[in-house]
Amino acid sequence: MKNRLKVLRAERDWSQQDLATALEVSRQSVNAIETGRYDPSLPLAFRIADVFGLAIEEIFQRD
Amino acid sequence: MAVCWTSAAKRYTRRLAVLMTVYLILLFIAVWLFRHDQVSGPLAWPLAIAPALPVIGVFWAVMRFIVEEKDEFIRMLIVRQCLVATGFCLTVMTIWEFLQNFELVAQGNGGFGAAFFWFMGLGVGAIYNKITMGTAGTLA
Repeated sequence: MKNRLKVLRAERDWSQQDLATALEVSRQSVNAIETGRYDPSLPLAFRIADVFGLAIEEIFQRD
Repeated sequence: MAVCWTSAAKRYTRRLAVLMTVYLILLFIAVWLFRHDQVSGPLAWPLAIAPALPVIGVFWAVMRFIVEEKDEFIRMLIVRQCLVATGFCLTVMTIWEFLQNFELVAQGNGGFGAAFFWFMGLGVGAIYNKITMGTAGTLA
């Protein structure tokens, strides 16, 4: 699954740690999701969408 | 990469420290009593089992860590570590048993039982996580 986390984060000038804090997860988690090594669960994907104020499909796309 | 210390990881580390301390104390007492022929009969059984209890406690601590960890990615790393550890331990013990069955290696394990190889397997699992996921996880 592809995602736009890095771009969305850069647009807001957030570090991985900033996003991790907002999501209440580890920075390693954000890094793993961002680099495509880990696909988040649906509840975490919804939390990510809420943090960015976007729909899930605006952040995650099929390969 | 910095190790992630979630509250569940901190609890696991504290439990591990306590259990390992208890293990060393019980092992020292049991070895001393058996070597000096201070125990025999039915009492020898619970004394021989006593050092195993904190080791079993470590298995419990690992399972509690999986249950209590709120970060799903970290939780997945721990589960992967445990799966690798289980596979590693079973592989080593199976090969060792066959080598013993065909009398290619001596009987007995010299004190290195299944738990030892499972804990070694956690280290192998951490390396596997590091290579495939970019971070080792927080066990071992």
